[in-house]
Amino acid sequence: MAFANFTKTELKNLFKKPATEKYPEGPATFKDATRGHIANNMDTCVLCSVCQMRCPTGAITVDRKAQTWTIRPFSCIQCRRCVDNCPKKSLSMEIEYTKPDVEKSQMVFELSEKQKAMLAEQARQAAERVAAAMEERKKAASAKQAKEDPKK
Amino acid sequence: MLENTEEIELIGLLNKIKEMKTDGSRIVQICATKIGSSYELLYTFGIDYDIKHVKVKTEPGEHVPSITDIFPAAYLYENEIHDLFGIAIDGINHDYKGKLYRTPVEAPFG
Amino acid sequence: MAAKRSVIPFGPQHPVLPEPIHIDLVTEDEKVIEAIPSIGFVHRGLEHLVTKKDFGEMVYVAERICGICSFGHGYGYVDAIEHIMNIEPTNRAKYIRTLLFELSRMHSHILWLGLMADAFGFESLFMETWKYREKVLDMLEAATGGRVIFSIMRIGGLRKDVPDEVLQGFLPGLDEIEEGIKACEKAFLSDPAVLSRLKGVGYLSKEDAIDLGCEGPFLRASGVARDNRTSGYAAYGDMDFEVITSDDGDSYGRCYVRIQEIYQSAGIVRQCIEKMPKEGIYVPIKGFPNGEYMTIIEQPRGGACYYVHASGKKFIERMRVRTPTFANIPALAKTLQGCDVADVPILVVTIDPCISCTER
Repeated sequence: MAFANFTKTELKNLFKKPATEKYPEGPATFKDATRGHIANNMDTCVLCSVCQMRCPTGAITVDRKAQTWTIRPFSCIQCRRCVDNCPKKSLSMEIEYTKPDVEKSQMVFELSEKQKAMLAEQARQAAERVAAAMEERKKAASAKQAKEDPKK
Repeated sequence: MLENTEEIELIGLLNKIKEMKTDGSRIVQICATKIGSSYELLYTFGIDYDIKHVKVKTEPGEHVPSITDIFPAAYLYENEIHDLFGIAIDGINHDYKGKLYRTPVEAPFG
Repeated sequence: MAAKRSVIPFGPQHPVLPEPIHIDLVTEDEKVIEAIPSIGFVHRGLEHLVTKKDFGEMVYVAERICGICSFGHGYGYVDAIEHIMNIEPTNRAKYIRTLLFELSRMHSHILWLGLMADAFGFESLFMETWKYREKVLDMLEAATGGRVIFSIMRIGGLRKDVPDEVLQGFLPGLDEIEEGIKACEKAFLSDPAVLSRLKGVGYLSKEDAIDLGCEGPFLRASGVARDNRTSGYAAYGDMDFEVITSDDGDSYGRCYVRIQEIYQSAGIVRQCIEKMPKEGIYVPIKGFPNGEYMTIIEQPRGGACYYVHASGKKFIERMRVRTPTFANIPALAKTLQGCDVADVPILVVTIDPCISCTER
């Protein structure tokens, strides 16, 4: 019967479970591949700022002086470009969406103690190398001078 | 390079478009590109899946004739070019007089 | 006494309009004599961003031109650049692109069915159709990680592979969707109350449709069998599908064409999963694009043109997107002539207006 076309479907729906999830009451489900939010493992991050350069919206700020890595989750468009380009694989895409907020907050990650020590060690070694190189150059210069001017 | 493209002078535009109409083409799109200080208008026509392009160069300040007498459906494209690039197009059948895109900057692409 | 003419402004804010379009309706009694459309409420100047973002980054902007046909916009831009740079993506990349394209066509058409049901006041049918759209969105999310913006396109291929197990998991879902849409189809195409709102409303003849440059299901409902997928871009050359047309030329025909296209799309998705080749998904690119090209693809709403003019620099000089809605607006004004004022909302919805991508 033409008039009862949709009535059958409607009656069936009446006795079925809801098609939607009751979200605030129960947990939301995500797929394994869902692009939710960006997380950074501060035990492996070296603050190289590749992510900052690659981010199309400029949501990531790397501060080397303060040794922090900051993301503004409400500017992030979840494109995964930083994750794909991370040389240390410290960035990852988590499946949960960013939590709702009343203001456009920032998420600041501070470098872990281990990484801080590692970076400090690297900086010290680099400074040593520079100092050694300077010393070498000075020596070479004075030797050269001595050769040119043997009478002195 | 673009296939099936014919570069013509502005003065011969309407004749060329009339030729297209008698061939039974439909209007596919019109777009402008800024190249240096001049503009390049690209008219695209099609019969079924065959696409043909007509390219016209214009200088700023030059007036371009409207093709809406021949293809009445082209009015949106011509108004768009006028609003975004500031190219003067004369005799559009539905002239929005710069009110199609209400941009704060006049001719933002030009 | 001659009837008095009056002008009724319709839109940009109207309960039935998903997006802002304004139409001035010149009416005489209850009949529309003339309709003057105007757009320009959501112009964002995305085309101009191409001169400020490098050409690889621009893919993300192109995808965001529109939410519903986002995959097509990304595809059109990437395809134009690939032609300029002479890159041939791998077959697997082409197949996955085709599959995602068809899934987005399904979700767009089912969304339209819901909007249509809402426009003629059939709320439960609207909810029923969107239930099945949700299943398509779940598939897209499982494949790419995003529900409407996929961020999977990349010049030279794809950014992420979709595992075969995930693809195989789509098959039962596709059957379920087809079954559900079959139940809704009965309501759309044979319910007398619905028919009275659709049959004979907004007739557009074949000649007018071609003359006014219509595109997509709107054109095919007037009996013109033109579908850019038959030109065989991506992997469409290997797929077996029909171009759906209807000779009705009215709102009923447009409904019919879109419903049948959902089944065709589901068929193409199945073929893609079955024939999916095993190989890499990305071809590295070198240098910057130099040249110009125009790609024409079939979006859910009709044929869309992507024109790219590059001059061998990091930034492209011009990208132009001609969306199907832009081409359909003059024809919409034509169909509105002579209709009742009460039918205007339905007729505006039948072209499947996507004003955000029209204005970019």
